[in-house]
Amino acid sequence: MHENTTNIPAVNVSALQENSTPTASLDDETVSLQVRNLDFYYGNSKALKNINMVIPQNRVTAFIGPSGCGKSTLLRCFNRMNDLIDDIKIEGEILLHGQNIYDKAVNVANLRRQVGMVFQKPNPFPKSIFENVAYGLRIQGMNDRRRLAEVVEKSLKGAALWDEVKDRLEDNALGLSGGQQQRLVIARAIAIEPEVLLLDEPASALDPISTLKLEELIYELKSRYTIIIVTHNMQQAARVSDYCAFMLLGELIEMANTNTLFTNPQQKQTEDYITGRYG
Amino acid sequence: MNDTPLPHHISQQFDADLEEVRNNVLAMGGLVEQQLANALTALTENDVRLGEQVITNDYKVNALEVTIDEECNRILALRQPTAIDLRLIVAIIKTITDLERIGDEAEKIGHLAVQLADQGGNDKFSALAHLGEHSRKMVHDSLDAFARLDVEQAIRVVKEDLKTDREYEAISRQLITFMMEDPRSISRFLNVMWAARSLERIGDHARNICEYIIYLVKGKDVRHTSLEQMEQTARDSR
Repeated sequence: MHENTTNIPAVNVSALQENSTPTASLDDETVSLQVRNLDFYYGNSKALKNINMVIPQNRVTAFIGPSGCGKSTLLRCFNRMNDLIDDIKIEGEILLHGQNIYDKAVNVANLRRQVGMVFQKPNPFPKSIFENVAYGLRIQGMNDRRRLAEVVEKSLKGAALWDEVKDRLEDNALGLSGGQQQRLVIARAIAIEPEVLLLDEPASALDPISTLKLEELIYELKSRYTIIIVTHNMQQAARVSDYCAFMLLGELIEMANTNTLFTNPQQKQTEDYITGRYG
Repeated sequence: MNDTPLPHHISQQFDADLEEVRNNVLAMGGLVEQQLANALTALTENDVRLGEQVITNDYKVNALEVTIDEECNRILALRQPTAIDLRLIVAIIKTITDLERIGDEAEKIGHLAVQLADQGGNDKFSALAHLGEHSRKMVHDSLDAFARLDVEQAIRVVKEDLKTDREYEAISRQLITFMMEDPRSISRFLNVMWAARSLERIGDHARNICEYIIYLVKGKDVRHTSLEQMEQTARDSR
């Protein structure tokens, strides 16, 4: 026998077979958020129709669908961003750790601390890079400079931006590139240690390389946070998400493991949309 | 998913690309069928010229395989197909490998036909002609199932493959008997045996193509499963 044959690793065939169809099921996941019979109205127009879904913990869930399907509206329901809009009505409930976030007893500021959000266009404050990340902590009353510096470093590292900005933390954040600004905003969001991160089209204003960096970041962040991402880019949803929900005209059409949704969707509407036959 | 045909893509160019690659697969299938039919005629009628023609024409099958592979690569890179479009491309990439192998087996039969004509023919083996016809029909029916995305037809071809396997075994036994009776003709009988072996392999390739069709239509990989499981998958509505 040749000497080098001993270096060939043994193949565990039964393990290969078990892993051959990556069809993780929502039923096996820990639930982070649960949506029950959710209806949402802008004035008289019903934007969300009887949505029922679970958002699994420490996973990336993507919402896809054509413009106006309600995916951003639904995303904004998770930290009550819609409360800021006049003339809306919400029925049904969203449970975070079993508690309805629309309960009167819920403190909205606390909720938004637990459920952070990043928007389509990066929106850093016209302050230094350091102060942008420290902002949330300062308004929580933390003023210890050394402690702040620790959290800022940790958050910037968490957002994969530290190496690029560590020598210019006092520079104005508006001087960063779009991709860096978006990662800065994520650093700002994770500085206050939320449980859930809502990302609304986070890469739509970024170039392809910044987009890939952001996607890589999302992959790393999911070990610590539950992430929900709204995206128009279906390939991005396919790349970054574990689960994917397809919405159409305010309804949840299909939610499944991303592998299944993109290779073998069960609903014809999903199939038509993801293969580019919609419309 | 129901059985209504899919509407067109928003990108008509994408529709055109998929249609073209699909047509090329059917053209390749037609060519392979013709090669096989000619090889069988050469074999049963001791037609040396036709046998040589099959050997010469194999390059056409190979060239089509390369062309279709390139088209599929281009579509994957430029269109990033999903769902049924993705399954179509995957099924095509696999199908043309099997078609090319069928072409190779036909070429092999062409060689054997030329040699057997030299060795005094093989008129005695009507069973071989029957197996050949059976395999040729399987190839034809599998291509038909591909063209019409007909899962029921695909299942029927898979069932036929079990019959060709049995026919091949019967021919082997018969040939062994002949060889024992007449050891001087062993080399001729071996050529007949190899031709039968090629035909049996062609049946296997047709069966593979049908398994890809079931995957394409139903989204389930039925390779290495039992016939019962395949039939169950075919019945499952999507």
